[in-house]
Amino acid sequence: MSGYEAIPGLNLECGEPVFNEPWEANAFALVVGLHEKGLFQWNEWADILSETIKQNDVSIPYYQSWLEALETIVSRKALINSSEVSIRRGEWVAALEATPHGSPIELKNRFSLDLETNS
Amino acid sequence: MGQNHDHDHSEWSDMELKVKTLESLLLEKGYVDQAALDVIVETYEHKVGPRNGAQVVAKAWADPNYLQRLRDDASSAIAELGFTGRQGEHMRVVENTPDTHNMVVCTLCSCYPWSVLGLPPVWYKSAPYRSRAVSEPRKVLSEFDVSLPEDTNIQVWDSTAEMRYLVIPLRPEGTDGWSEEKLADLVTRDSMIGTGLALSPDEVSA
Repeated sequence: MSGYEAIPGLNLECGEPVFNEPWEANAFALVVGLHEKGLFQWNEWADILSETIKQNDVSIPYYQSWLEALETIVSRKALINSSEVSIRRGEWVAALEATPHGSPIELKNRFSLDLETNS
Repeated sequence: MGQNHDHDHSEWSDMELKVKTLESLLLEKGYVDQAALDVIVETYEHKVGPRNGAQVVAKAWADPNYLQRLRDDASSAIAELGFTGRQGEHMRVVENTPDTHNMVVCTLCSCYPWSVLGLPPVWYKSAPYRSRAVSEPRKVLSEFDVSLPEDTNIQVWDSTAEMRYLVIPLRPEGTDGWSEEKLADLVTRDSMIGTGLALSPDEVSA
């Protein structure tokens, strides 16, 4: 079993932020929110999260595994299917490309690029 | 504005893109709502934290009847103070004694008593802690600057989705007659995970 070498990851500093980046908080809240809506039992979640962490390399950050486990559970519970995911991902990519740096990123922004290029 | 859209448009990391993809679909389908998500983040960023657990421990030190209720049914006794779990987990308290030191880990993932300690620290979720807390707890404790007498028994508790543990550290000497509020200041997060001890009165006044 790897991870026996002392210290790496054993970060003893106090007062570290709860979430390092906003997406971690978003991913966290989605899991808790779906659970609170009764869409899965907490132990079902813990099983999938444990499995994901076990399969991933120890260098993979915790919330990355958390997010992968979220993708697994929404698909397993048939809340979202894979084609919906790939279409929506493409829409966000288009929205990002159409949104000037610093402006709020919204899905509808993806249509503004068309306006600009047509003019 | 530059001529080239490639240079000044917005960018997200792959993680951000993945989260936003799921979040927008789940919101649209009504599986979650934005207000509820905001409350969850707000709660865990600002409202729930180890001060909750410190109140539980301080009350247990000060009030033998409360300690007994914690032993009998920790989930209910903790709920008396307004701290309730959201994942339907059962709480159990494990009491340190001069002979036995308790330490909590989740070997599989990161099960943790959120309602009393907030979200787990980074090291609690790390692979080295998850494996070494079980295989060499004394060495791990020494890395946290905790040294216990050789003959102290170390008991390691492995959390699960259903069962979470809160360590009641030993009450420091020289605190007779202290109020619960004052006692709570001695209770650190790590002392309730078992990777630390409660502070001595000198340490807080220093």
